[in-house]
Amino acid sequence: MTEHFEPEIVAFCCHYCAYGAADLAGSMRLNYPANVKIVKLPCTGKVDIIYLLKAFEDGADGAYVAGCLEGNCHFIDGNIKAKRRVARAKKLLDEIGIGGERLEMFNMSASMGPRFAEVAREMTERVRGLGPSPLRK
Amino acid sequence: MIIAEQKPIQEIKAMIAGYQKVLIVGCDTCVTICMAGGRKEVGIIASCLRMALQIDRKKPQLIEDCIQRQCEWEFVDTLKDKVDGVDAILSSACGVGVQALAERFPNKPVYPALNTTFMGMPNEHGLWVENCRGCGNCGLGRFGGICPIARCSKGLLNGPCGGSQNGKCEVSKEMDCGWQLIYGRLKTLNQLDQLEDILLPKDWSTDRDKGQRKMFRGDVYYEQTV
Amino acid sequence: MSKPFKDVLTSGEFVITSEIGPPKGTNIDKMLHHIELLKDKVHGMNVTDNQSSVMRLSSVAVCHIIKDHGGEPILQMTCRDRNRMALQSDLLSAYVLSVRNVLCLTGDHISLGDHKGAKQVFDLDSVQLIAAAKNLEQGQDLGGNKLDGSVEFCVGATATPETDNMDSQLLKFRKKIKAGAEFFQTQAVYDMSKLKSFMEHARQSNTKILAGILVLVSAGMAKYLNANVAGVTVPQELIDEIAGAEKGKALQKGMEIAARQIKQIKDENICPGVHIMAIGKEEIVPEILEMAGV
Repeated sequence: MTEHFEPEIVAFCCHYCAYGAADLAGSMRLNYPANVKIVKLPCTGKVDIIYLLKAFEDGADGAYVAGCLEGNCHFIDGNIKAKRRVARAKKLLDEIGIGGERLEMFNMSASMGPRFAEVAREMTERVRGLGPSPLRK
Repeated sequence: MIIAEQKPIQEIKAMIAGYQKVLIVGCDTCVTICMAGGRKEVGIIASCLRMALQIDRKKPQLIEDCIQRQCEWEFVDTLKDKVDGVDAILSSACGVGVQALAERFPNKPVYPALNTTFMGMPNEHGLWVENCRGCGNCGLGRFGGICPIARCSKGLLNGPCGGSQNGKCEVSKEMDCGWQLIYGRLKTLNQLDQLEDILLPKDWSTDRDKGQRKMFRGDVYYEQTV
Repeated sequence: MSKPFKDVLTSGEFVITSEIGPPKGTNIDKMLHHIELLKDKVHGMNVTDNQSSVMRLSSVAVCHIIKDHGGEPILQMTCRDRNRMALQSDLLSAYVLSVRNVLCLTGDHISLGDHKGAKQVFDLDSVQLIAAAKNLEQGQDLGGNKLDGSVEFCVGATATPETDNMDSQLLKFRKKIKAGAEFFQTQAVYDMSKLKSFMEHARQSNTKILAGILVLVSAGMAKYLNANVAGVTVPQELIDEIAGAEKGKALQKGMEIAARQIKQIKDENICPGVHIMAIGKEEIVPEILEMAGV
């Protein structure tokens, strides 16, 4: 089953950077896995722990938050807040038994289309290696 | 205010695992301010529990709610209809709230989702500190408004112990020595002389040593008619 | 039989005290050996009270054993493990077991020891404990009740000459004297200039100060003290001296340093006595005294 496992991954992307990077990746005709479903946010500072938990509760095998490079947040420090919330959510996922490694925080700018594709591949590979979420077993 | 923190999910899960329908009740007062058991945290706890139980192949129904104050009957009573329909209650209030629910709903098991930690305040956003032990006989006037019972790790009344160094406590280099704070403040106030008298052993009879403490005030008391 | 400690304190003689550490368990062979070695060499043997918050044989019991062997015990009592009832009760018990000296301490915090989850007490602090002992001498307990038979103790306390907060420590020091402390045994001192400046304050009272001499056994121990023990600072030159000792000779060097300090304290009349702490190596104390010529 693992061999054919295609993970469902939710990417919470900031409007000012990662979402733009995704767009650029598309314009550049870069390939990245179709496993990644993007949720656009006005800033990763909008990410709440409950969003991350709900992604898993509703069946995601993995999730990540992609915000601006540190120091470049359009709202000063939304990405730093997101980083801390991701850290706490990872702990909760560990406690629950899902595993914190299924969640990650990334930073990129809007011009980093190739990096967006790379991150999408990296997370897809990581979660594929981990197998389906324990909730889907 | 009362400060609390969420218990580990697995500990909460073990308490409610045997029930099919559980009401999770938050409190909008202290534990909302300290971000441990308010409306938002009830959502997080419920989501975590649903997932943790699903891993165990269990699918209980978790009903989320939050009331203004779990430590007042008039708010607790609003839960009555919801409580009637569930097998158990999980309270994300402080220990006072948990016990209020237990007393009001004698036929329903009630479980705590939080550890009530202390009386204190958020010193900074995300950093809470204890500064009152509720000993029932406030001596802050003698100590420059800094409590040695709550803020000296040994609760000493007559000055610092030998474990005080660089203004820190022997228990941890992260912890301020309460007595250095007291000394420094009274020095600033030019009131050091008030520390010279030997303080007699504290009368702990106003602490919780006599059992549950009760307070009665005739002018505001009226017989419950319910 | 040794002289009562109180008499030694007032005799003008250079006072020497040392320590006996009760064992963890009931095997007292090594401790008895130390008692035999020390009883005629020192004027008093302090018996530590669950030292460093580590549970051990009780200090009252060991004081009694010392008395039986002809030594002069000094009962250490901390406020950590007993409330005012138990502290007073143990003082009465010590008295009927012929113990006549008591050193009143706050006690280390419970979290530093081997029963970290235990409930600590600190119902009294060291000042109040001194006062309680004095109160018992008046035939009264802290509840205001009369005793049928009182006690008589030579009551001591501790001080920290190398503290970095001298003002607030002196506040406590004054209170201890006011409460009735007749002698002080200090925390370890290594810097004689700090001891001298502390003594300038202390000399204003009549109380006897015995300087704490903690024997260094290695450079590592010195560094540990500096990093972890409040109010103790081993100067770099002493660390270098002990580090420079030949292999296997570090303890010997530590003993030399201790002997040198004792000699200096006596010769320069800095303090009227010393309290030597060898922490489990009490057998070296007689040799240190010989080296110091006291």
